Amino acid sequence: MNARAFRRSAAAVAAFSASAVVLAGCAGGGDSSGGDSDGQITLTIATFNDFGYTDELLQEYMEANPNVKIVHNRAAESGDARSNYFAKLGKGGLADIEAVEIDWFAEAMQYSDLLAEAPDSVKGRWLDWKEAAATDADGRLVGFGTDIGPQGICYRADLFEAAGLPSDREAVAELFDGDWNNFLDVADQYKAATGKPMIDAANSVLQGIVNQMEYSYTEPDGAVIATENPDVEAMYNLVVERAIPNSAYSGQWSDDWFASMANGEFATMLCPGWMLGVISGNAPDVTGWDIADVFPGGGGNWGGSYLTVPADGDNVEAALALADWLTAPEQQMKAFVNAGTFPSQIEALESDELAASVNEFFNDAPVGEILSTRAEAVTVAPYKDADYFKYHDALQNAVNRVFDGVEDQKTSWNTWVAEVSAF
Amino acid sequence: MTATDTRPQAPSTSAPAPRPEKRVRVLSFSQRLSRWDLKVSPYLYISPFFILFAIVGAFPIVYTAVISFQEWDLVRNSGEFIGFDQYIWILSNPQFWTALRNTFSIFLLSTVPQLILAIFIAAMLDRNIRAKTFWRMGVLLPYVMAPVAVALIFSNMFGDNHGLVNNVLTDLGLPAIPWHKDPFWSHVAIATMVNFRWVGYNALILLAAMQAVPRDYYEAATVDGAGAFRQFWSITLPSLRATLIFVIITSTIGGLQIFDEPRMYDNVGKGGSAQQWLTITLFLYNIGWREWNFGRAAALAWILFLIILVIGLINLMVTRRLVADEGGRGVAAPRRRGLGKKGSGR
Repeated sequence: MNARAFRRSAAAVAAFSASAVVLAGCAGGGDSSGGDSDGQITLTIATFNDFGYTDELLQEYMEANPNVKIVHNRAAESGDARSNYFAKLGKGGLADIEAVEIDWFAEAMQYSDLLAEAPDSVKGRWLDWKEAAATDADGRLVGFGTDIGPQGICYRADLFEAAGLPSDREAVAELFDGDWNNFLDVADQYKAATGKPMIDAANSVLQGIVNQMEYSYTEPDGAVIATENPDVEAMYNLVVERAIPNSAYSGQWSDDWFASMANGEFATMLCPGWMLGVISGNAPDVTGWDIADVFPGGGGNWGGSYLTVPADGDNVEAALALADWLTAPEQQMKAFVNAGTFPSQIEALESDELAASVNEFFNDAPVGEILSTRAEAVTVAPYKDADYFKYHDALQNAVNRVFDGVEDQKTSWNTWVAEVSAF
Repeated sequence: MTATDTRPQAPSTSAPAPRPEKRVRVLSFSQRLSRWDLKVSPYLYISPFFILFAIVGAFPIVYTAVISFQEWDLVRNSGEFIGFDQYIWILSNPQFWTALRNTFSIFLLSTVPQLILAIFIAAMLDRNIRAKTFWRMGVLLPYVMAPVAVALIFSNMFGDNHGLVNNVLTDLGLPAIPWHKDPFWSHVAIATMVNFRWVGYNALILLAAMQAVPRDYYEAATVDGAGAFRQFWSITLPSLRATLIFVIITSTIGGLQIFDEPRMYDNVGKGGSAQQWLTITLFLYNIGWREWNFGRAAALAWILFLIILVIGLINLMVTRRLVADEGGRGVAAPRRRGLGKKGSGR
């Protein structure tokens, strides 16, 4: 609760300071376009949450390039950044470098012609699927990949032990090794032993499964397959029939869910790298969290971001150079150490530093090594077009309705079908 | 007074005078200027409002109408004419009708208890109590709070599992209330936030009206042997009629535009999984600022405009009737019927 309240007030503060920064940025931009003799330019970069771009990291670039001054403004949530992005894209007023989350990256790709193209030298830096998603139909690469979200399973060793389940990392990895039915079998076992739900939220299971599907709601030719896709219906039925009885909540990020996490009420969570920070930040007093090198149904990626450079900015060339530098493997490694944003660059994935990193809160788990294996296990790059989140959001609501007892399984599915047919 | 007296004089003295042909030419430029000044300047003085209104009021309304007939791309600022399709989409969408139901339900749940409470508080404050100003300022305090802050605090209190209200209820052995599941209870929770904020404000307005009721009525009623309740029912309430109508109209407009409270009621802010607390303005926001479908959002904005217009007209008709057959007492009465009857315009 406190963390939530804090984040909201932080959002207000951030919005306030961001506007101040934007004003300052405008003033700076005006100076530079006025023809400065020594070629001083000011670059603005807009991110959200925590990308791990600390002042020290940016200072490093400013020292190497004395003519560049970097102004960094951070929005509290990616949703705020999204509103700002689409309200100003193509009209001017965006920062020189704008961060885009994978959730709404497909929406941004609709306007790839309004974004500057990355230089050829950076091509091949990222994992194939990460780079492919940022390349438009004309072959222009318009996004610099930052992080990815390969998922493991976070679990509470103490609660597992109390439930008579294995509790050390390797044994748990073995326990969950299998498909989603196996994962839910363990949840049944846990519930039988303790009477409590094992999973934090039913919709996180839905999220986990949908991120393993290549085509869920739409196909590249524009065909909408959402309601006829047997995989989607099977996923819905599995989540409703088996995940709901084993989940403490329906959706994540509610006040209740945060309070429940702080009180240590559930035993597992599906864990992309950035989730580690969410857990340790919101449940600092809960002991026993650990992370297992396993994920139901193979690997899965959840989240990750890109940096984009709007083509109508004042200093496009300099902005491209900075984005290039920030997303280079060396800098991304520093960001990972700062904020746990797991690198999407091939070279960083192979680095010794990554392999050696451990997380104290998670029982000194070798998170670098675990998440690297998890990243390798990702085989499917889900196709997500601009409408993806509309469909997925509506399906999450369908699960919520069953969870809340507002509608039964069949009715809620039909409501969803009616809803998405109206899109 | 003197200014308005002399003003009409100016044309009448100069106008009949220059009747003969010759004199017209004598009319100097400065005279002509002052004549224009006389005719044009009143419009000039009121023009800032209308110019401003044209820019920030009329133009957006018209432009919204233009967009509502198009498939609009916000980023590229261009659209394609598609006729009434957006309106048809809105009106045939079940979510719209749910939103309409919720809006009216929340409106009723907030307005009715709010007015009853406000009248009660005003009646209490109208009595002889100590530290009057303290109490009067006290009831206005919630109104000073930002609506989003109120919504944040109350949303926390109305949590399903970890909320203060449900904790107290379960401690007392009562069943927990499904605040975020059942439409009725979610409306009650949102109406509570609205009531918390507006009761004090309305109470002060009603208090002002109560204090304008001539005290002789109460004295006469006391002499006639009427009790406190009878006095309230037969003197205070009828006298408040005009003020009550004002309060009802303002809360109607506010109620139809309710947004902050339902938006902040959960972390998603989309009105619930089954649209339990989706209001029309929230629906409008979701379409416009989450789906970036400005064509549909504009169509919905116009539908909302028309709904408010219709309800405003109904309000006007009801108001007129009520004021027209108002009894002889009260604040509005002496002024309306002239001062001859009773000179208590204070």
